Amino acid sequence: MLGVPWAWLAVFLVAPCAIVLAIALAEPVDAVPPFSLAHPEFDSLILVATDPLYRAAFLLSLKVASLSTLVCLLAGYPMALAIARCDERWRAPLLLLLMLPFWTGFLMRINAWIGLLRDDGWINTALGVLGFSPQHLLYTDTAMYVGIVYTYLPFMVLPLYARLSQLDPGLLEAAADLGAPPWRSFLRVTLPLSMPGVWAGVLLVFIPAVGEYVIPELLGGPQAQLIGRVLWAEFFQNSDWPTAASVAVALVVVLLLVPGAVVTSLRRSPARRGSAS
Amino acid sequence: MGPLQGRTLSVLLSITGLTVRYGATVALDGLDLTVAPGELFVLLGSSGSGKTTLLRAVGGFVQPEAGRIVLDGTDLGTLPPYRRKVNTMFQSYALFPHMTVATNIGFGLRMQGLDRAATDARVTEMLELVNLAGFGARRPAQLSGGQQQRVALARALAPQPALLLLDEPLSALDPNLRRETRAELVRLQRSLGITFILVTHDQEEALTMATRIGVMRDGKLVQVGPPAEVYEQPNSRFVAEFLGAANVLPAVARESGRRLELPALGASVCTAQAIPAGPLLLAIRPERVRLGATDGLNSVQGVVVDCAYAGESLTHSVRLADGSLVRAMQSLRDGRREIRASVGDTVTLSWQPDACILLPP
Repeated sequence: MLGVPWAWLAVFLVAPCAIVLAIALAEPVDAVPPFSLAHPEFDSLILVATDPLYRAAFLLSLKVASLSTLVCLLAGYPMALAIARCDERWRAPLLLLLMLPFWTGFLMRINAWIGLLRDDGWINTALGVLGFSPQHLLYTDTAMYVGIVYTYLPFMVLPLYARLSQLDPGLLEAAADLGAPPWRSFLRVTLPLSMPGVWAGVLLVFIPAVGEYVIPELLGGPQAQLIGRVLWAEFFQNSDWPTAASVAVALVVVLLLVPGAVVTSLRRSPARRGSAS
Repeated sequence: MGPLQGRTLSVLLSITGLTVRYGATVALDGLDLTVAPGELFVLLGSSGSGKTTLLRAVGGFVQPEAGRIVLDGTDLGTLPPYRRKVNTMFQSYALFPHMTVATNIGFGLRMQGLDRAATDARVTEMLELVNLAGFGARRPAQLSGGQQQRVALARALAPQPALLLLDEPLSALDPNLRRETRAELVRLQRSLGITFILVTHDQEEALTMATRIGVMRDGKLVQVGPPAEVYEQPNSRFVAEFLGAANVLPAVARESGRRLELPALGASVCTAQAIPAGPLLLAIRPERVRLGATDGLNSVQGVVVDCAYAGESLTHSVRLADGSLVRAMQSLRDGRREIRASVGDTVTLSWQPDACILLPP
């Protein structure tokens, strides 16, 4: 029985990674499939690691993901705190509302945003009725950020809520008793004790956002060349499987470095040790 | 008006007509209380009597529906907890798990705007005061229950509050440690001169620590006074039975004087104090009841139903003719051979007139 998780990992994690790595080391050829393992080479990996196009795409992805994560955190923390602090009978309905969008398909929801943001969409219609000039919203960075934040906000709120609802209200009473006004007890007690939830939410939003393909493709403009779009283009437009696989390998490496840094800093942070008690 | 007449120095805390309601439940029902500076006032009551609510109202954690709380001449009104010169030592201690012991103790000082150096100095002083010197860098989770209790105390005392509220401060400790800590707490209170209001449901704790005890029931203070007074002159059957044990027998005085009839037993007894005619309750503390007849004392007869040895004392439970149970406790501290009766023996119980506590029916 102990072997089951390992077998699962071997089949669904290690094997796919090995296949992607193998393709990254392959040589592109005009055939089906369009690669050959006859002469393994590092050309594709070196290209992805050195070419400014890929570097720019990676940096843009990291920037978009970071900014989206930050907005999710700033919007999600008050939401999580409000749900955690509200009367118990309201918590379940509020969490349900938070989860409600998941009952509709992801693509449906993104398409709904297209309907909202289009030049003749609902938002511009409403602006027109109110006497404002129409705004070009769709296919802009703004639209892309709106889409990413909208999609990933629940992944930020849920771990934060889980953490904040566990916080002993007695600690806040103790802080107030010792002379801390609400904002100081937030900074000194609530925030430090919720850091594990903050990091969980940040990782849950940041990691998928870095590799996001659909939202920049459907809502963002052509300039939003995120790494997910580059990978897609290499794979489907250029049929360059080794380069596409190299981009995937590089993405995995980047995504391992970021959480690795977070986990390391979390081990050192006192909040984690405090939470163990 | 002279400078000293402006405020009454003998009153630190004055509570009048305090009423707190939780939905339909009345937690405090028009309560009045005055506490003098330097007192160690103990609120004693069973759970649900409102004693913790009273503490929380003074701390600012519950909003009273009616009444006033005046501390040192200032009406606390709707002041939030962080503006009150009152600190609380919480029953759960509520130590900040993510801070060191030193940061916990220094929290209130930092909130008062004390700089780091002054805070550190005061924290060191507090750690020494509670015998935790050298523990400053630890985290609460690394301490024993007794050490955590002392950190909580040091944290609440560090900002030098005008009034310290202690909510069942010893309840989480094991019995032996509780007894030691009790004395330690009293010593600390005396030496610092800070006024304590301590909540407990433990009558021994109340009797040994308090300068005055307030017995609470159903959101009201039913009796307030020094421990010996409340114990020896309870004003109701509830107080007599709640604070210590009491044998309570229905009695009636046919005429005013020092003679009481016990109708159910067909007996009559003498009391030390004169009583007006009418029905009342006679209470006698078990330690005042002797096993065996003694000339000139009140006495009744009954059958021993139980004999309990508790190391320091021996208690016989005796069933009287009317079915009521009377306990007679003898101290074994003199090393004297105890008078022991067996279950089923018919015995005479006797007590002195001044052991009679007279309660309203």
